[in-house]
Amino acid sequence: MNDTSNKPDSSRRDFLTKSGTVAGAAAIAPGVFLTTPAVAKPADEPITADKRWGILVDTNKCASNCDACVTACKEENGWGKSETHSNPEQQSQWIRKVEIRNKSTGFAATLPMMCQHCENPPCVDVCPTGASFKRKDGIVLVDKHICIGCRYCMMACPFKARSFIHEDLQDQLPWAPRGKGTVESCTLCVQRVDNDGTPACVEACSAENHNALIFGDLNDENSEISRELKKNDSIELRADLELNTGVRYRGI
Amino acid sequence: MSYASVVRRITGLLFAALLLLPLAASAEEEAENLPFSDLTMTEPDRHFSATEECVAPEDEMRRNHMNYILHQRDDTMYEGIRTPRYSLEECINCHAATDDQGEYLPVNAPNQFCSSCHTYASVSIDCFQCHATKPVRASRLNGASSGKAPYPANGPVAGSLRHETLPVLVSEGNAQ
Repeated sequence: MNDTSNKPDSSRRDFLTKSGTVAGAAAIAPGVFLTTPAVAKPADEPITADKRWGILVDTNKCASNCDACVTACKEENGWGKSETHSNPEQQSQWIRKVEIRNKSTGFAATLPMMCQHCENPPCVDVCPTGASFKRKDGIVLVDKHICIGCRYCMMACPFKARSFIHEDLQDQLPWAPRGKGTVESCTLCVQRVDNDGTPACVEACSAENHNALIFGDLNDENSEISRELKKNDSIELRADLELNTGVRYRGI
Repeated sequence: MSYASVVRRITGLLFAALLLLPLAASAEEEAENLPFSDLTMTEPDRHFSATEECVAPEDEMRRNHMNYILHQRDDTMYEGIRTPRYSLEECINCHAATDDQGEYLPVNAPNQFCSSCHTYASVSIDCFQCHATKPVRASRLNGASSGKAPYPANGPVAGSLRHETLPVLVSEGNAQ
């Protein structure tokens, strides 16, 4: 089939892959790197496209009766407590636990589902005001100052990752502003990432000793997540859409 | 024009001038004082740093604080620059007052720092539909209800990638 007109332009993706290879060549011996891993970004310097943040979810390690990641996200970002007038379908879900089952084999798995931080995000494509945007380091966010609450992005997202706030809120957190009439979703805990931290869900999963979530820089070949992705197979959800998601799954 | 109508007109003008006289006097009085001089505002709970009371001189902040915040907001959201200077969070950390019990009062509550001035100037702000109105990080980090002691406004909330992954990288490197 020669018709490739509906395929996304992947030239940028190729470029990123190649520049990652060059950077990775700086390892001179096992455990000795010329580039220091996970160097903190000075607070007054802008983010760059050198990094691309992502999460690897190992569903084999994800416990079915555990929702520590969801609880930690609520605690960190302050959602899911004061939306008392909204019904459950309206209430915010930055991250949710999903159970899937293969009907023919009976194989069941459970996994956390959130914004996949696509390289080619459909939510950004459809936003009429430019409020939905992707940072240089691959984190997809909503600029709530210019979000008009039209919810096109919610319809465009294949992962149902975004929520609309239906009511007035109180007691928001300084690092996670959220308010009525705007759309919100997982921010990959951008306030922590900018301070050289890990997202709250990843930290909570490690604290539970499940270690199903690995966070790191996909562009850095020496990062834990890149080495894990290289070692064993993983998938991106809805790979047919060629979104190149930052969140990857293993074991499903 | 009859004599009577001329008299009526002159009387009218005189009467109008009499009416305007007190207004002119009060305008002169106001010009002597600074704008907003009769406005009472809450004192900040703490200073920005040991050497600076605020991030800019008071008259500059009164006129242009909104521009500082607007600029910083885009730097933070799009560029990930999270410096305390000019950040809205840091405004609130300093300017939120505490009540008798040492609990923070929202900066947009009546007669508190933000609302007192904006009410006076009849300016409606919608910052606080989304943004926090009290210092939060201080009480979360230190378990303290009073924010008078300095605290790191830009420090990580918890955990750090560097501390957690470096030992892993080193141990895996040695094992190879």
